Amino acid sequence: MRSDVMLDVTGLTKRFGGLVAVRDLSFSIRPGEILGLIGPNGSGKSTAMKLIMGVERPTAGTILLDGENIAGLPSHKVARKGVGLVFQHSRPLHRQTVLENIKVALLPDSLLRLFADPHVDGQARAIAERVGLGKVMERKPPTLPFADLRRLELAKAIARHPKLVLVDEPFAGLTASETREFSELIRGFREEGRAVLLVDHNVKSVSALVDRVLAMYLGERIAEGSAAQVMADPTVRKVYLGGAITTVARPESSFKDVTPVLQVDNVSVSYGKAQALQGASIHVHEGEFVSVVGLNGAGKTTLFNAISGLVPYAGEIRWEGKPLKALSPAAIARTGLVQCPETRELFGDMSVRENLDLGGHFLPPKEREERLEWLLELFPILRARRAQMSRTLSGGEQQMLAIARALMMKPRLLILDEPTLGLAPVILETLSKALEKLRATTPISVLLGEQNVTFALPHADRVYVLDHARIAWEGPPGRFEAEAAATYL
Amino acid sequence: MRSLFSTRLFWLTVAVLVGAAVLPQFASGYVLGLLTVAYFTAVFAMSWDLLFGFAGEVNFGPTFLIGLGAYTAGILDQQFSPGLSIWICIIAGALAAVIGGVVLALPALRVSGPYFGLTTLVAVLMLQNFVVVFADLTGGEIGLSVPDVITIDQKANYWIALGFMVVSGAILFGLSRSSIGLILQASGQDKVQAGALGFNVAKHKLAAFIVSAFFSGLAGALMVFYMGTASVGTFIDVSVGVQVIIAAVLGGRRTVLGAAIGAVFLIGMGEILRPLGELATPIVSVVALAVVLFFPNGFLGMLRGEARS
Repeated sequence: MRSDVMLDVTGLTKRFGGLVAVRDLSFSIRPGEILGLIGPNGSGKSTAMKLIMGVERPTAGTILLDGENIAGLPSHKVARKGVGLVFQHSRPLHRQTVLENIKVALLPDSLLRLFADPHVDGQARAIAERVGLGKVMERKPPTLPFADLRRLELAKAIARHPKLVLVDEPFAGLTASETREFSELIRGFREEGRAVLLVDHNVKSVSALVDRVLAMYLGERIAEGSAAQVMADPTVRKVYLGGAITTVARPESSFKDVTPVLQVDNVSVSYGKAQALQGASIHVHEGEFVSVVGLNGAGKTTLFNAISGLVPYAGEIRWEGKPLKALSPAAIARTGLVQCPETRELFGDMSVRENLDLGGHFLPPKEREERLEWLLELFPILRARRAQMSRTLSGGEQQMLAIARALMMKPRLLILDEPTLGLAPVILETLSKALEKLRATTPISVLLGEQNVTFALPHADRVYVLDHARIAWEGPPGRFEAEAAATYL
Repeated sequence: MRSLFSTRLFWLTVAVLVGAAVLPQFASGYVLGLLTVAYFTAVFAMSWDLLFGFAGEVNFGPTFLIGLGAYTAGILDQQFSPGLSIWICIIAGALAAVIGGVVLALPALRVSGPYFGLTTLVAVLMLQNFVVVFADLTGGEIGLSVPDVITIDQKANYWIALGFMVVSGAILFGLSRSSIGLILQASGQDKVQAGALGFNVAKHKLAAFIVSAFFSGLAGALMVFYMGTASVGTFIDVSVGVQVIIAAVLGGRRTVLGAAIGAVFLIGMGEILRPLGELATPIVSVVALAVVLFFPNGFLGMLRGEARS
């Protein structure tokens, strides 16, 4: 073993029953080095991280931390050897303040020490200041914005001064300026001589930060090198880019209905003090594909939930000329206005087939069979997974099932909220093809909410930009870059 | 800790307890008897809240632990009285419950959620069957009468129960506010993360089971020597366990103190409504259901909400 290596992973393998999630993976990280571990959904990168942390036990292989094998140790022992994990999602203690949440991470793992040492308070305060939580130390987690919750995760993970820090999707859901602040914090680890492993979907998101990148696909290493080398690697390009997407927007005048089928007129929504949507007006024609683009928190989901009758609003929403306000969410869905929510809301313990059957519950049996057949052609992977419990599907498959289930309801307007969230590029391509097919072969209208502009634009006849609860721009996708990119970025 | 003494709730608790301590000067023996049972039930409920509210384990079988404590103490006394001091019987009851707690903890560390809940229910049913089958030893369905009681003085019994509740409550409350309470809460909410922060989740959960079992068993054993009898209907039956659970949820989950309030309320309500005969139980149940539905944080949640606004 080389003495300058902090983490040395050799032959790491993990099988879940017949599935090999990680196969013979080897890599190493030096102190003060940031390694990016990237791969699309289902590539095994998260499993590899869990194996290092001791959340899962490896089937084979060694994990040397400073020369000591930690493979197979339970996670609390791995943590005490000096490994910290920054979780992407977690559940902080809601009744305790931010400061107390950080203090929890500093407590001894002992049943005999009932009260923390007094110096823990000072340490917790110092950590809070360091990660930028200084101003909100006395607040409770449910009142914090998303970025501060991520900071809290970071604070907890570094509380015990880990030698090796694992970070799961460091920048997911953060704005550009927040991403810069997080990058600075992570660079700080490098300067302190800690080893850092960043786990993420693609190279681009971590390229500015990493010293080296290791790309995984289907449990195996497919490339390793500098960010530029990995991005240029032909295997990586094939896995990530697939084929190119080309579609053309249809002009608004080509839609025959004079009154748009959906009219959202000056709609406002507020949650307590926070104004989530302010005087938004949009419309969708029969058969039109409309994209609403905007960053996290811009108000897209709120707009869709207002249309679906899930949140109370001021203003008016008309569907086929009739106001929707008096209808329940279920009644709205039965009129053909169906939402496929960001959170997917699948029935996790039911099979793919059962989920789809529930979507088609109101159709006559014959029509349901035909529709099911059509959807299984649209998403062939679902046919193979028909009998599988939906909870066990990969993220991309779950998204396809969510869309398919919504389509089983025979919608005339389908609202798709962030279908690409957290999905790998290969999956996006499948989704793109399905949307193209819907556009070419059915009279359905689609209202697509997206953060990912490169996915939203090719599928849109018309685009709205939502920015801080207001509609900031409207126009054809071709003019987006020239006129609206500045608003968006 | 200093902040504790400055809260209104703390001084309110002290005032109520002082009131409870001088109550025997004014109240009838009937009321005192009722409250004595209520105080023991309060300890059952507080012990349960440590497991559910903090460790995040839904134990449907509090009476498994209570019953082990009660019956172990009762049987020992019946077999060996007067050779064996009842205090030794009580300690033995508490220890038997601790062993039961460890047994209950083993499945909890392997399975979670509804599956663990089911194993606890089965534990209660097994204990109940055991009592019925070994009727020679346990008194079976008729019940076990113990030759000794702690005292026949109603006031003394009342003060013992009150003192026991206060001491147990203080220990359980202190534990819930200590480092261990925090680690337990973190483990209950997200055990993967608690592990990644360096905490041995299994060790802390096991400790919670042991403490919960100890107080449940101790309370059960003490109650046997107050009542002079032990029967399945008072110590083991699933409906007794449900009452303990309702008391804890009604008072306010994750508060420990709320569980005691809920227990006193439930027993008190049941008694006040007794003239209604068979109707009493459904009425109490409906009230409990309404509180749980509309105030999921229970009585203490209601109190706090008012204090805030």
